[in-house]
Amino acid sequence: MTCTEFLAQLDDLIDDVVTAKMRADLQEHLRGCEHCEVTLNTTRKTIEIYRSHEIYELPTGLRERLHKAIMERCKKGC
Amino acid sequence: MATIQPIAENEQHPDVALVERVRAGDISAYDTLVRKYDRQVFRIAQHITQNREDAEDVVQDAFLKAYEKLDQFQGNSKFYTWLVRIAVNESLMRLRKRRTGKMVSIDEDVETEEGSVPRDLADWAPDPEQNYTQAELAEILRKTIQGLPQGFRVVFVLRDVEGLSTEETAETLGLSVPAVKSRLLRARLQLRERLTRYFRRKKGGEK
Repeated sequence: MTCTEFLAQLDDLIDDVVTAKMRADLQEHLRGCEHCEVTLNTTRKTIEIYRSHEIYELPTGLRERLHKAIMERCKKGC
Repeated sequence: MATIQPIAENEQHPDVALVERVRAGDISAYDTLVRKYDRQVFRIAQHITQNREDAEDVVQDAFLKAYEKLDQFQGNSKFYTWLVRIAVNESLMRLRKRRTGKMVSIDEDVETEEGSVPRDLADWAPDPEQNYTQAELAEILRKTIQGLPQGFRVVFVLRDVEGLSTEETAETLGLSVPAVKSRLLRARLQLRERLTRYFRRKKGGEK
């Protein structure tokens, strides 16, 4: 397996949707390729870091404004 | 955040009952839906519009529109996915307005980027986040994702951050499944590459 072939399967590997045979082939490639191992690990970390950090927090007061707007709309007929 | 799994046919998603209550005139059930999803809708709107005021307006417009159109909600997709679709459309409309009518689509900037997969192969420090304060880290993550082409950013946000499945992301954005997959791979790799600038392992044993 070449690095390009490995990269083509990277997402499926990360999302855990590869077949057992494919997984074995990918692992075989990883054993001999430090570059792809780094790519796999740091890509996983990239996803995890974006999932676990709230980079845009809900502005204060937005919930209340939203509630008001919906109530206003509701008065016209819910 | 785990990828949302499809619901088994005989298992009803809790939102279905809430939607039914709203339809029956119970407005407090809609409040529950709002509180459940306002954070996600705000994040998505902010990622697309890249503007806080616009994102706040989008949240309001999207929830009002969803409320008004609730009768059209079929229940064959999840309420959350349906709401996200409305929010994505509202966000794109905001962008269009801001750019005085210039066409804005989810495909923007993507063509020129297709095929380019950069590879900076430096490894990262262990727990690289620890070298930054929370505020610094949030700034790095914001700057990095803002640099992605729109069409990649939205796919990454819906799929990896907000937990939609590949199929739901495709449906929401009006893209094919292969297009979503191709953009997701490029988005992930580009983000990884850009974050390497901050997180790479320093030479000489220094963290």
